[in-house]
Amino acid sequence: MFQIINPKNLFSLSNKIRKILFFLFIILIAIGLLEALWFSPKDYIQSHAVRIMYVHVPSAWISLGTFSIMGLLSISSFIFKNKNFLIMSKCLASSGFMFSLIALVTGSIWGKPTWGTWWAWDSRITAMLLLGFFYFMYILSWQIFEKEETKQKISTIIAILGIINIPIIKFSVDWWSTLHQSSSVNILSKSTIHSSMMVPLVIMTVAFVMFSAIIFLMKYNAEIIKLKNKGLDRL
Amino acid sequence: MIEKLFSMDGYGVFVWSAFIFTLFCCCILYLVAKIQLKKQENKFFVKFGKLTEEKIKIAKKQKINKEILVNKPDYNF
Repeated sequence: MFQIINPKNLFSLSNKIRKILFFLFIILIAIGLLEALWFSPKDYIQSHAVRIMYVHVPSAWISLGTFSIMGLLSISSFIFKNKNFLIMSKCLASSGFMFSLIALVTGSIWGKPTWGTWWAWDSRITAMLLLGFFYFMYILSWQIFEKEETKQKISTIIAILGIINIPIIKFSVDWWSTLHQSSSVNILSKSTIHSSMMVPLVIMTVAFVMFSAIIFLMKYNAEIIKLKNKGLDRL
Repeated sequence: MIEKLFSMDGYGVFVWSAFIFTLFCCCILYLVAKIQLKKQENKFFVKFGKLTEEKIKIAKKQKINKEILVNKPDYNF
């Protein structure tokens, strides 16, 4: 496994697949937007406001998934003493932060017509806001500290602490009485969402995952080139 | 039909603002990542250009250095 994520292999793979991924992303996002804004039906209670789901839900899923991966990479870097894991985690942070921001903003926009308010200090929404702060602190930790060692230590601590928040976000709607609805899409049990809405939701999710992968590969390549720049100085 | 698409029974302002915000964020992040990558590549090209023949030979032995140079349009192999 370590061979695949070796910087040499990942850099080489990134150069080859980035353009293909971008091309596929453009096709998928175009189909997804058409489905989400035009072909998918309106909800019998929420009417057209339900269409916000097609950007809100995938963004929330990706921000949760990304932070989980970042947490695991940080733990792995701590166990295996492999700095490449930390570089990968750092490169994932910006797209994760952006998707958490999108989930919060689009959730707020969705809240106005459905709940009658832009914001509520509900357990799910508050935990999601906390996730945004964790992302922000993680990115900040790489920017404000001078020493490379301090940057790595602080960012690892933030990622490991932040991962505790992930199950809280996921199960908050089951543990507490919340304004936020419970999950409609379940892996282990039957989903309560109709296939006509599920299709655009899946397409948009795949498109956003691809976008995250493109950003990750670009950021990763920039980080590797930065290291190689330092290497040229030492020649 | 177009009017219906934009108004969405009065929910258009919410739906469109959510989608526009999402796409705007994606475009900004993509541009920022692209600029950062280009900046690092250009720095590398400048530093590489200043190397002596001997150092170039050593640097070229590394696979990643070669792959970075592939992106340099006027570079002769």
